[in-house]
Amino acid sequence: MTIETAQTLDARHLSCPMPIIKTAIAMKGLVSGQLLEVRATDPGSVKDFAAWAQTTGNVLLESNVQDGVYRFVLRKK
Amino acid sequence: MTVATRETPTDEALLHEDAMPTSAPEPAPDTDGAVRTNKLILIAESGDLEKTWATTILASSAAASGMEVSIFFTFWGFMALVRPEKRTFGETWMQKMLSVMNRPGVDHLKLSRLNFMGMGPWMMGVLAKKYGVAKPGELLDAAMAMGVKILPCQMSMDMFGLKREDLIDGIEEPVGAATVLAMIADGTPALFI
Repeated sequence: MTIETAQTLDARHLSCPMPIIKTAIAMKGLVSGQLLEVRATDPGSVKDFAAWAQTTGNVLLESNVQDGVYRFVLRKK
Repeated sequence: MTVATRETPTDEALLHEDAMPTSAPEPAPDTDGAVRTNKLILIAESGDLEKTWATTILASSAAASGMEVSIFFTFWGFMALVRPEKRTFGETWMQKMLSVMNRPGVDHLKLSRLNFMGMGPWMMGVLAKKYGVAKPGELLDAAMAMGVKILPCQMSMDMFGLKREDLIDGIEEPVGAATVLAMIADGTPALFI
């Protein structure tokens, strides 16, 4: 199944809390149901994105890592 | 009484009206029916670099998580609200001397430990840059652009001899402890940093 992302956000080489802040701002520009893909290198972002999704009600569809880059796919609520 | 919080610059996306993260004014009911708080008040009492860092990280993250955040800046914490280009302030010789001994501005904060005449903060700055950590000033700008309310303490302002024009733009009118306590009495969790 291929998922079409509405926007991709590069949050690589940024530390806490910038990936989350940039994600929140990018999310605001999307409409409900659209997908946002975020790439990050902060290992703490794995738990942070799960927590952020829970707090805000947005859905974390994917969370994986490849070659040291974390990839998150979020669906706007 | 929102005083043009949007004027504080960081990045164009931050300034855009549509770029503001959602901040629901009322607590959202949880899935299990319990009501969760979505407000937070931070009391920034310390002017130390590392504590101001913590304050601005929490404030910006909470705002990004859709929380309604206020920061009450008081005592040494107040120094972060003085324009960074301001070298001295005050009316009396005591206030002036205090400002010379303790350079104000969010870009000139000192570490509580290992300051070493500014070498500590300089090293922290180098490390922050290397590891992509935003500095307190940038985080404060981001927080304000996301709607975090900055409440200056009237008492600190008077005691340090500071005038409104000595302070950064985009902040609220000065308030006292009673205003902060009224928010806490309403059920808003508060952190004293």
